[in-house]
Amino acid sequence: MSRVTKFAARDPGPAARVVGFIAHLRENGLQLGVAEADLAMAALVEIDAIKPSDSRRALRAVCTGCKEEAERFDDLFDSYWMDMGRVRQKVAPPLSNTIKDDVHSSSDAKGEDAQSAGSATAPDGQDGAADSDGTGKLIATENRNLNRRDLRDMVRPEEIAAAEEVARRIGAALRDKRSRRRVAARKGDRLHFRKTIRQSLATGGEPLRLLRKRRPERTRKIVALCDVSGSMSVYAQVFLAFLAGLMRADTAADAYLFHTRLVRITEALRDKDAMRAIGRLSLMADGFGGGSKIGPSLMRFADTYAKRFVDGRSVVLILSDGYDTEPPAMIAAALEKLRKRGCKVIWLNPLKGWADYAPVAEGMAAALPYLDAFKAANTLADLAALEHDLVSV
Amino acid sequence: MTWTDLQTALGREGYVASDDLAVALQLALSLGRPLLLEGAAGVGKTEIARCLSAVKDTRLIRLQCYEGLDAAQAIYEWNYQRQLLSIRAAAEDGVTGKAVEDRIFSREFLLERPLLAAITQDAPPVLLIDEIDRADEEFEAYLFEVLSDFQISIPELGTITATTRPIVILTSNGTRDLSDALRRRCLYTYVAYPDRATELAILKARCRDVEARLGEQIVGFVQKLREEDLEKTPGIAEMLDFAAALMGLGIADLTDDPAVLQSTLTTLLKTQSDQAQITREVAGRIAGKAA
Repeated sequence: MSRVTKFAARDPGPAARVVGFIAHLRENGLQLGVAEADLAMAALVEIDAIKPSDSRRALRAVCTGCKEEAERFDDLFDSYWMDMGRVRQKVAPPLSNTIKDDVHSSSDAKGEDAQSAGSATAPDGQDGAADSDGTGKLIATENRNLNRRDLRDMVRPEEIAAAEEVARRIGAALRDKRSRRRVAARKGDRLHFRKTIRQSLATGGEPLRLLRKRRPERTRKIVALCDVSGSMSVYAQVFLAFLAGLMRADTAADAYLFHTRLVRITEALRDKDAMRAIGRLSLMADGFGGGSKIGPSLMRFADTYAKRFVDGRSVVLILSDGYDTEPPAMIAAALEKLRKRGCKVIWLNPLKGWADYAPVAEGMAAALPYLDAFKAANTLADLAALEHDLVSV
Repeated sequence: MTWTDLQTALGREGYVASDDLAVALQLALSLGRPLLLEGAAGVGKTEIARCLSAVKDTRLIRLQCYEGLDAAQAIYEWNYQRQLLSIRAAAEDGVTGKAVEDRIFSREFLLERPLLAAITQDAPPVLLIDEIDRADEEFEAYLFEVLSDFQISIPELGTITATTRPIVILTSNGTRDLSDALRRRCLYTYVAYPDRATELAILKARCRDVEARLGEQIVGFVQKLREEDLEKTPGIAEMLDFAAALMGLGIADLTDDPAVLQSTLTTLLKTQSDQAQITREVAGRIAGKAA
């Protein structure tokens, strides 16, 4: 930990290292631009940059933007400056082809030395667990090679476009009519006194024109949780297209996948290119088609993300068949917790579309008392038909 | 002033800042960037602005955000009533046209709201934008304009340019995800619940006459309580209330009287289910562990 990364002798200087560090952060998913690199330099001038602890704190303040990033920052910092992991990227991009390891670092491209902890420029020969397409990933990160499937094989662009339309209509159906404050409106239900009096000044204090106000309709935020466990894999195509469409149609929507873990996919799905979004998703959704832990996943959601993203104006859509490997009481407890945030909970179960379906799966039965709506959905057409049902929720 | 000086200065004002927070504050001051503080409710995000203004010996201007906050509440508003009166008075005096207009759209009739007030001070004030996540996303856009250019355009009056650059501190409880644009413009620090030693220092700074042994117990108890699965985890403010309650009741030892301990828990547990969960026995057990 205390060991500081030795940079190559012909390293172009501290500025380039900082730029390299910013590039390293960027490759690990932090959104940083030239302005941040500039700011990072300015920040390092302001503090005692020789002290690793100070520069760590300064760079953390500058380079991170949310709690998750701040938590990851320490590892990323260590991997670059404190020699805790190796980076595939070369330090200074413009000079990368000229940089060679100096004599102190014992490793070279062949990776012969087991002690090859010396250099940020050493390519990793022995550690093959990294993602095949991530160029600068921190190799220290644990990689779960569960059951990875490329979701792009399952979803077609046309479906996303169709789903986008469906999602847009569902979003429109879910308007909230409970806004507290009234706004001026031509066909309002109440008089807008302030405006009326203001206008009356023009007519010598006689209120000739009566202005009105009403409660505006507010959009509700849709939070979708999609089960992608093994039992759901036949429906995954529809639901993933729906999620992708939803994210494109509604900028306030939020989406998650769960199987044995819960993954937030909102950012990935917001990618401008719909297919690339699905591609990014496949990287995040390893474990896809495996077992399902609905209860723990929902509980985790209620404990973490829900506190930030779910409020009284949210509608939580759960897309799952309710087959859980964990005790059903967990689902009930999680839903109860979720309901306390004031949101509506809608469960869309693909099995409900079957002729003689009854919610006998224990998980489903446990969840029923907490649901505002329990509907069938296994095709896009079914989802489209939900529009009318959801108006009343 | 280095960050350690700042930390000591804040300490004198009764604020125990972590090293991370002190560095971030120091950078915010020297680089002139807004500082975004996130963290659970009751970890002292708002308090930092108050103490910073005391350290810097400047005014604290606070903008409390809420849903529906608009430019009229945050930046400026014309004083309509005075304008109307002025028009009536002008009509009686026989003044009309441009003269009236010039008069009613002057600085005299402008109600300064926090953002305008912050940039027109003589000495740089501390501008606290509290709970920015409660404001609408549209409001963030207003804020950018002010925070990046430090000037405000008023159509009737022209552009008001900042006389000083305020020290801007934004806080967020995470009720809504903030836009990336806002995060990019700010330095960022996550304020976590303090560790035992820090919390003890805070208690000592705020309640000087608390006995060392009781102080240890209070902090230990609250720290243990945070590990329980509660709906609303008690923050520092709650801990201080708890300490004040105990001192007010003249309690010297937490483990003495479980009934009194239970009754003071109203300062820490703020939901019905939390209160039901921490029964007298549980409270006694936690107090025993903490002691």
